[in-house]
Amino acid sequence: MIWKEKILIQLIPKGTVSFCLPPFSSSFRRLDVLTLTPWLAPIVWEGTFNSELLDSAYKPLNLTIGVTAFAIGKYTMFVGRFVESAEKLFMKGYRVNYYIFTNDPQVIPRVQLQPGRSLSIVPIKKYSHWQEISMRRMEAINRHIAEVSHREVNYLFCLDIDMVFHNPWGVETLGEMVAAIHPGYYNVPRSQFPYERRSSSAAFIPDSQGDFYYAGAVFGGLLKQVYEFTRACHMTILADKANGIMAAWQEESHLNKRFFSHKPSKLLSPEYVWDDTKPKPPEVRLIRFSTVNKDYKEIRD
Amino acid sequence: MDIKKVHIVIPIVMAGIIGYFGTEIMDIKKVHILIPIVMAGIIGYLGTKIMDIKEVHILIPIVMAGIIGYLGQTDLNEAFSVLPSIPHISRPSSQPVRQVDLDETSLVISRQTDLNEAFSVLPRMSYPQPFVDKPQRTDVLLMSPWLAPIMWEGTFNRDILNAQYRQKKFVVGVATFAVKKYVRFIEGFLGSANKFFLSGHRVNFYLFTDHPEKVPSMKLAPEKSLFIIPVQNYSRWQDISMNRMDIISNRIRTHWHYEVDYLYSMDIDVQMFEHIGVEIIDTLVGTISSWQYTKPRDSNSYERRPESRAAIPSGEGDFYYAASFYGGSVSEVYKLTTACFKGVTEDRANGIEAKWHEESHLNKYLLYHKPTRLLSPEYYWDEELPRPQIIRVKRLSSVRKDLEEVRS
Repeated sequence: MIWKEKILIQLIPKGTVSFCLPPFSSSFRRLDVLTLTPWLAPIVWEGTFNSELLDSAYKPLNLTIGVTAFAIGKYTMFVGRFVESAEKLFMKGYRVNYYIFTNDPQVIPRVQLQPGRSLSIVPIKKYSHWQEISMRRMEAINRHIAEVSHREVNYLFCLDIDMVFHNPWGVETLGEMVAAIHPGYYNVPRSQFPYERRSSSAAFIPDSQGDFYYAGAVFGGLLKQVYEFTRACHMTILADKANGIMAAWQEESHLNKRFFSHKPSKLLSPEYVWDDTKPKPPEVRLIRFSTVNKDYKEIRD
Repeated sequence: MDIKKVHIVIPIVMAGIIGYFGTEIMDIKKVHILIPIVMAGIIGYLGTKIMDIKEVHILIPIVMAGIIGYLGQTDLNEAFSVLPSIPHISRPSSQPVRQVDLDETSLVISRQTDLNEAFSVLPRMSYPQPFVDKPQRTDVLLMSPWLAPIMWEGTFNRDILNAQYRQKKFVVGVATFAVKKYVRFIEGFLGSANKFFLSGHRVNFYLFTDHPEKVPSMKLAPEKSLFIIPVQNYSRWQDISMNRMDIISNRIRTHWHYEVDYLYSMDIDVQMFEHIGVEIIDTLVGTISSWQYTKPRDSNSYERRPESRAAIPSGEGDFYYAASFYGGSVSEVYKLTTACFKGVTEDRANGIEAKWHEESHLNKYLLYHKPTRLLSPEYYWDEELPRPQIIRVKRLSSVRKDLEEVRS
């Protein structure tokens, strides 16, 4: 496999007025939230970055960004809204390939796409239990990278399909390995994170440990890193299977374990993975990507 | 009843089974453990009436039932915990469900994997939890507008960084120049760097000097190496300073890109007072100048004359970087030094010299090739300046000297 190289931000010198603002001014600072993890991964919040600056650096690189989403069984009903909102707000102006994994290609709606953007359908088997479907995603993504997307994209994001974009999601999210902070647990002591707490599971994290609780609905990064990440999660899922145990939150527990032992290089604030049933706190100035309200009983089986 | 001794075993075994499987199948509460214990007690009591058992023997099965019940549950908290009432993003219930599709266990794994790799790699460390609503410092800028972290005391945990770094087995090179009278600074530099620079990690110090015989013999830590490289001196100190870029660029091409992963260029006339660790390691790293960090953009010391290759148009600029300490991956430093020296050469051909010599060219380069990480002025502090409160730690600072005298 040929991996695309690591990206460095360079600007082509321009004779025109600069869009850079003085660095110590208050325009690009957040004083109310954590913006750097203890291992120096940036935490992306509205107000910490300059989109124009980042775009002027990334656009000339001709990147292609991939998105995987799983629409199995009744979840196919979410594809339309997901893709329509992504067309307006996700990586606008960049080449994007959507990979929709589904057991029912016929019902996937044809959505009008911007130039430079494509959608391909990846047929996949439907398992009988929703937990099984959920946990098989890591393996499916890994396999797809090996077979297809390594030739097509530089970065890959793996998103849940039952969500909608409400505000811009841009290249500020690109990084080697990117995780998103779960909206339900971002200001809660680590002992209350819903990590897998049984030591017999490969996803076990003890009470006294853990940095953040990351959402399984959003992760991504450089293709090579996502390949390694999905492989590692899949291995721990298999190890649990062999021991007859299923982690508390399925692959999200394994994702959290992996991100604990191999820390992400960039974190997305809960702006990037929000739950619409929650009231918006002052720290979250903007909701970019959030859940669609649904009746779980009705769609899961 | 016709109860025999052996029947005592029944409640004990039941306690064990209930305890062991309770976590998987049922919502076992503390009270359920009492069931087998009580049964053991009842059978034992009835037994005393029938068999020749002393009452004290009753305690045995009760205690055993209790022990088996306790150990059978892998984690007591699991069964007793109160579920948080926070709704989860896409799943309504967090009850663990034991469901395994047995017919689907034969999955294809594409290559042999090292299971150890999938499990925890970082050693078990204890450190305070980072809270999203509690920023570490609010008095300084922690990230540039292009999301490059800025190193300030209090923002990072060096233990985590060290643990991550050690897995990668990088070698770091430091290029420094001690020409003419500057040889007097070698001992102070190497002595303090040996103690404080990437302590515990492999570093190759490359010391360029026109007086190799004047280099004091120094005992360095085992993971530190010193290489002395003879170099020509120039009559003008500005030329000595600017030609460093060329020398570094050439040396990377001929030697260093085989020898090191990361390379840093540092002035020799400095001393270190506090640890400078793996937080400096990144693809392209610049240090914010201690003279310029508060000044508004337009009164910066950028070269503004358009005739110079180092010119930055007015209204542009992010930070003012110090040429005393910069670095990054060996390939990025190669590009930087090559580009800067090209600018120096072109300026010389046009009879112009940039305001702050190679530092002006460095600033031009870093404006258009954004550093991936920035070092705060903690990492290079000019001794002549009074230290403000935001500089909590002075890790490296210039040595007091008479500039006229030492440069002559």
